Amino acid sequence: MIQFVLRRLLSAVPTIFVVVTISFFMMRFAPGGPFNLERPLAPQTMANVMKTYGLDQPLWKQYFTYLSNAAMGDFGPSFVYKDNTVAELIGKALPYSIELGLWALLVAVVGGVLLGTIAALRQNGWIDYTLMVIATIGVTVPNFVMGPVLTLIFAIMLSWLPAGSWGDGSFRFLVLPVLSLGLPQLAVFARLTRGSMIEALHTDHIRTARAYGLPPRVVVITHAMRGAMLPVLTYLGPCAAALLTGSAVVETIFAIPGVGRYFVLGSLNRDYTLVMGTVILIAVFVILFNLIVDILYGLLDPRVRHD
Amino acid sequence: MTEKTIATVAAAEMPPADERPSRSLSQLAWIRFRRNKAAMLGCLMLALIVLFSYVGPVFLKHGYDEVFPSYVTIAPSLSPRPDPETLKEVAENAAKRARVTLSSFEVENGTYTAVIAGSKPIDPRAVRYFDRANEFENTQVKETAADQLSMTLTGHVDQEYFLFGTDNNGRDLLARVMLGGQISIAVGVAASLVSLGIGVLYGATSGYIGGRVDNVMMRFVEILYSLPFIFLVVVLVVFFGRSITLIFIVIGAVQWLEMARIVRGQTLSLKRREFVGAAEALGLTDWQIIRRHIIPNTIGPVIVFVTSVVPQVMLLESFLSFLGLGVQAPLASWGTLIAEGARNIQSAYWQLIFPSVFFVLTLFSLNFIGDGLRDALDPKDR
Amino acid sequence: MTEKMETVLDVKDLKVEFDTPDGTVQAVKGVSFSVSRGETLAIVGESGSGKSQTMMGIMGLLAANGRVSGSARYAGEELVNAPLRVLNGVRGSKITMIFQEPMTSLDPLYRIGRQISEPLIHHKGMSKGDARARVLELLKLVGIPEPERRIDSYPHELSGGQRQRVMIAMALANDPDLLIADEPTTALDVTIQAQILRLLADLQKKFGMAIILITHDLGVVKHVADRVVVMRRGEIVEQGPRDDIFERPQADYTKMLLAAEPSGHKPPPPPGSPVILEGRNVTVDFAIGGGFLAGGTRTFRAVDDVSIRLEQGQTIGIVGESGSGKSTLGRALLKLLPSAGYVRFGQTEISKFDRAAMRPYRREMQLVFQDPYGSLSPRQTVGEIITEGLFVHEPQLSKAERDARAVAALKEVGLDPATRNRYPHEFSGGQRQRIAIARSMILKPKVVVLDEPTSALDRSVQRQVIELLRDLQEKHGLSYVFISHDLSVIRAISDHVIVMKDGKIVEQGDTEMIFDAPRADYTKTLIAAAFTH
Repeated sequence: MIQFVLRRLLSAVPTIFVVVTISFFMMRFAPGGPFNLERPLAPQTMANVMKTYGLDQPLWKQYFTYLSNAAMGDFGPSFVYKDNTVAELIGKALPYSIELGLWALLVAVVGGVLLGTIAALRQNGWIDYTLMVIATIGVTVPNFVMGPVLTLIFAIMLSWLPAGSWGDGSFRFLVLPVLSLGLPQLAVFARLTRGSMIEALHTDHIRTARAYGLPPRVVVITHAMRGAMLPVLTYLGPCAAALLTGSAVVETIFAIPGVGRYFVLGSLNRDYTLVMGTVILIAVFVILFNLIVDILYGLLDPRVRHD
Repeated sequence: MTEKTIATVAAAEMPPADERPSRSLSQLAWIRFRRNKAAMLGCLMLALIVLFSYVGPVFLKHGYDEVFPSYVTIAPSLSPRPDPETLKEVAENAAKRARVTLSSFEVENGTYTAVIAGSKPIDPRAVRYFDRANEFENTQVKETAADQLSMTLTGHVDQEYFLFGTDNNGRDLLARVMLGGQISIAVGVAASLVSLGIGVLYGATSGYIGGRVDNVMMRFVEILYSLPFIFLVVVLVVFFGRSITLIFIVIGAVQWLEMARIVRGQTLSLKRREFVGAAEALGLTDWQIIRRHIIPNTIGPVIVFVTSVVPQVMLLESFLSFLGLGVQAPLASWGTLIAEGARNIQSAYWQLIFPSVFFVLTLFSLNFIGDGLRDALDPKDR
Repeated sequence: MTEKMETVLDVKDLKVEFDTPDGTVQAVKGVSFSVSRGETLAIVGESGSGKSQTMMGIMGLLAANGRVSGSARYAGEELVNAPLRVLNGVRGSKITMIFQEPMTSLDPLYRIGRQISEPLIHHKGMSKGDARARVLELLKLVGIPEPERRIDSYPHELSGGQRQRVMIAMALANDPDLLIADEPTTALDVTIQAQILRLLADLQKKFGMAIILITHDLGVVKHVADRVVVMRRGEIVEQGPRDDIFERPQADYTKMLLAAEPSGHKPPPPPGSPVILEGRNVTVDFAIGGGFLAGGTRTFRAVDDVSIRLEQGQTIGIVGESGSGKSTLGRALLKLLPSAGYVRFGQTEISKFDRAAMRPYRREMQLVFQDPYGSLSPRQTVGEIITEGLFVHEPQLSKAERDARAVAALKEVGLDPATRNRYPHEFSGGQRQRIAIARSMILKPKVVVLDEPTSALDRSVQRQVIELLRDLQEKHGLSYVFISHDLSVIRAISDHVIVMKDGKIVEQGDTEMIFDAPRADYTKTLIAAAFTH
């Protein structure tokens, strides 16, 4: 098991390396730079700035400098937020994104699995149809529609909740962003759960469990549910990584100073180091969550061996 | 046993198949699909939306970039603008300038009839004061009272319909939503085709060759998978510039990964099927096997997947637009319209509602069509 | 002895229907039978006879679109459409079931000990500790080796036979009055089959429960049943004591079934016929495991140094259980797999040929597969399927000529040529196998490797296909390599038999010799298992 984890972490190194390389060069080949402002800087100032940030060096040299620094955990200063290092900015932003993401994940998984299971048990009944129409709406309404619409209804028309910002981070401020982020994922989980649950309920071993007179609760929860959770778990990895590293859109709509927002602002401003930092963070999260999911998968399914 | 007896035994085994018309699997799938009400409704809805977006502008006299300075940010309404009340005010003002009083005012079918009265005989040139207003045209004297103290005027009213209201620049939102539909749908379809092309080629090659080549090719896809999608698209768009064609190429290039995986999986499982083995035993070449056996049998799952890619692509496009990386004004996609609407949500909710409704309805229909196709083509049903 | 006559299950006018998109299908059309304590009742029928659905209907286990009516009483209590509470009082404690697929009937995610103990805990209210002790006892009873260790195994860690034993242990856990065994041995190798049937018989003697055995295999019925019910198309054709059914069958269908055991012998080829296909020291290795980063691969030797000589007009039967390497050998002889050793076809050595070099020879060396559902492309018409080889080997043919050849080929295998515009899914299993044979025959091959061509078919259809194959052989002077696990089929069609186990030849010789005087112990076990149970 430990060997498996180590091997997986080791195989993540080349992946991150490729991610860094591709991002680095793509960004540098993009037209424009962090200091091409609307009012151009004086040539001398420009040269000084370029020198300070090492941008006057040949590209390959910059690349290796970045690579070696990043390997030591130094992601450099932000080009746009001049008094901050990238590590500081991300360190400040990450807790917001994580808190928001964890709540959204909780809403999505618990709600989705519950509704999906209910729909599967009532397959082709009206409850099933109603839930699935709602879930399809949930899947099709993107969060950048969900967010404003929820704001329109609950913040503007009903004035029940604040319309944006993190505020004091209390529950009232969290509700709308969490729902905007979580509801579309909830719908995905519900559809996924329903499908795999229906499949699980038709397996031979469920027939065995019924033929042996086990109570419905045991048949559904112990036998069908555990098997049905396997495909759901597979989706959990990428979903968790995406939610926890912050949705650029939801953070933009609700003005939450999280990682996703920094990423978008960074790309628009050509803040090379900030974008690189967020990209590495997101890649690490994706890899980490896929690893966690694989470990969980192994615990849930004895047929999968990690050795 | 003689040949004749074999034939009779076989005939006895023959199901009553002869009485039914022969149907291929795709025909059967089509029959199943037609029975699926949700999917058929989805098809109808999608057809209507496509008609609305592409044919609608023919019947609409406002261009998508036509600006109406007098109608900035007005709410949607079924009645024409300006409404009779406003027109009456305009007419009263005109009358005042002409130093007469308005005794009655009516609007009907784009013409107005006004009766004006004065304390001294009215100069017919008073019509000019009416024509000077933006709202009136071709004002004529219809009738003059014998004492010339009152006069009936008629003329065209320049009324505009804004069923969906207007945006902050005074453009007709209906025309904008139609344009948005054209662009969003075109991007969705074109980008899906790009991803289809790359994905099928890559996946089928990887799956059919197998072995080490397959390993390396799939490892590459895995690495691309752990690149954050959004980042890739954002950087590519920033790099390529913001033209529509490039947007869909970029999106298609990102979306092919899943397609390649699906096609590869299909190819691998088909390769193990006995009819491919049989073809090999008959001496067919690789290319003949791919063309005659692999491709026809992957089409089903690929079609199903494409119907799910189209909405994903449209989401991605509108997501880009939402972040301000999409098509540039005066062009618009549903995504940019939704973004604008979200910004003006306090003052002009309709700017969010209309494009959102069309966007969501389209995705909704595509989803139902996709689900219907999946059920219809599901091999477990055989 | 009075207890022996006590009726356990009494079924009257039972009907099962399924709602399908094409209307209602009647799977069982009113059947009545009963079974008494200590008795084994066999329900026999071919696929689609409704034999399984009868029991599923009684036990409330039909698919969601199924409906059941009529009556089935256990100890006076009505089971048909009974509320779940009543059903669950009976299922798993008074009446238990074992199923055909030991691979999938157990939950793959739980240890077998836990699965066996579940009915004990739920019906008897046993504590976990007591249940575990009882499970150990049961595992010993059904002959699982090392029960203390196996009790904590997962199903995938057990062999098929062991899984079926686990199912039997679970079925016996609560001392049931009736055990329903639905094709319990169909998915198992012959030697394992015999063991399982013996185990069931022993356990019945010990505990005196009634057994309903659902099967298509008359060989099994003959050896274990007390009474027999013969079903066809949802109806009971005939029922009675075993000896009556076997010795004095009344219904034509029963007579046909009894006659369907493959019989007859193939006349041997004239002595001194030329050798058409020869393999010397053929060895096939498969790489297993080993991905991109997983390091070295291990190899598995599927065929180990096998030599074979096939004369013109001869049939060599290759018999063995699953994993014996018999199919792999067949493919290696046709150069469809990379192999080591020497292979010659006619006078040409083909061992070193690559795919392109083999192509011209393919028309003379054909292959027929086991699964008539999988071996026909679902998207081509029958005509397209059987003329496919002509595209490769006789590309000069015009469309009309190809069509004429298709008509002739279909006639030859006993199918109506008018069906050539239909699709495979519109045909029955036996008809599909005829199509697959036509696809090979249209090329006028010299050697045909037949890989379990009859194993997926019902007995009565099996017999027809074997007769067809024999006729075609006689007419065209074909040579066959006939691969099968089924000894009775092998006996009916081969001149020469090769017995394989673990990739090696255990024994070979003329058919008579192998069946009448086997020398190797393994051959003896195989024959004993197949013909005496």
